[in-house]
Amino acid sequence: MIYLWVLAGIFVASAWLEVVVRTRVFRRWRRLLLTLAGTLPPLLLWDWYAIRAGHWHFHDLTGVMLGVVPLEELLFFVVVPIAGILSLEAVRAVRGWPTGDELR
Amino acid sequence: MTYTQIAVLAAGLAVLLDVILRTRLVTRRVFWVSYAIIVFFQLISNGLLTGSGVVQYDGDVIIGSSSPETGRPAFVGDGRLAYAPVEDLLFGFAMILWSQTLWVYWGRRGVDREPHSGPPRWSRRRVAAVSDEPGRP
Repeated sequence: MIYLWVLAGIFVASAWLEVVVRTRVFRRWRRLLLTLAGTLPPLLLWDWYAIRAGHWHFHDLTGVMLGVVPLEELLFFVVVPIAGILSLEAVRAVRGWPTGDELR
Repeated sequence: MTYTQIAVLAAGLAVLLDVILRTRLVTRRVFWVSYAIIVFFQLISNGLLTGSGVVQYDGDVIIGSSSPETGRPAFVGDGRLAYAPVEDLLFGFAMILWSQTLWVYWGRRGVDREPHSGPPRWSRRRVAAVSDEPGRP
């Protein structure tokens, strides 16, 4: 269960930015879903290959599996990219630095 | 392929995507500052997962040696940093750059470009902007 607690910790440690720094990442959910749609498949493919090839293995998980990929790994590949985007938008909100999607 | 090889490949592919989509995040301060924040938290969360033995690695595919069946791997050294293989730094870099690149790309394409992020709750920028509008005190 440690893995789920770590995932919850990552989420809580990043999601507060949406409220306090007004990152507006969850509010722009279409853009977020499109981003995850392009991020999840390669990550799951990598994880699937690495588990099959024995690069890494797990202990003390919930046991819920999607093929050979544990549920925790799927959640990791959702929670961490979201945390990365929240971090990007938070830095931009505070510093005002150009990020590349501004209207030219 | 080993984890080391795939991790290097993934980091390269992420930079390539950033170049091809012309988001050029690797040339921007906003990327490196946000990535520095992420690395700090990666070392904590990754250290918890590998130090506790929840995730274990095969020494044949990483620079360091296999995770011990019981007990912790090296905290620093033997190809590890905060218990986790140093390859994880490239994995994390690739995952963050790849997802941030797609996020910026879709925004530039006009998908939910707005509302923009900020200002933070502690900032007075919004208050100032509102009072600057004509007809408002």
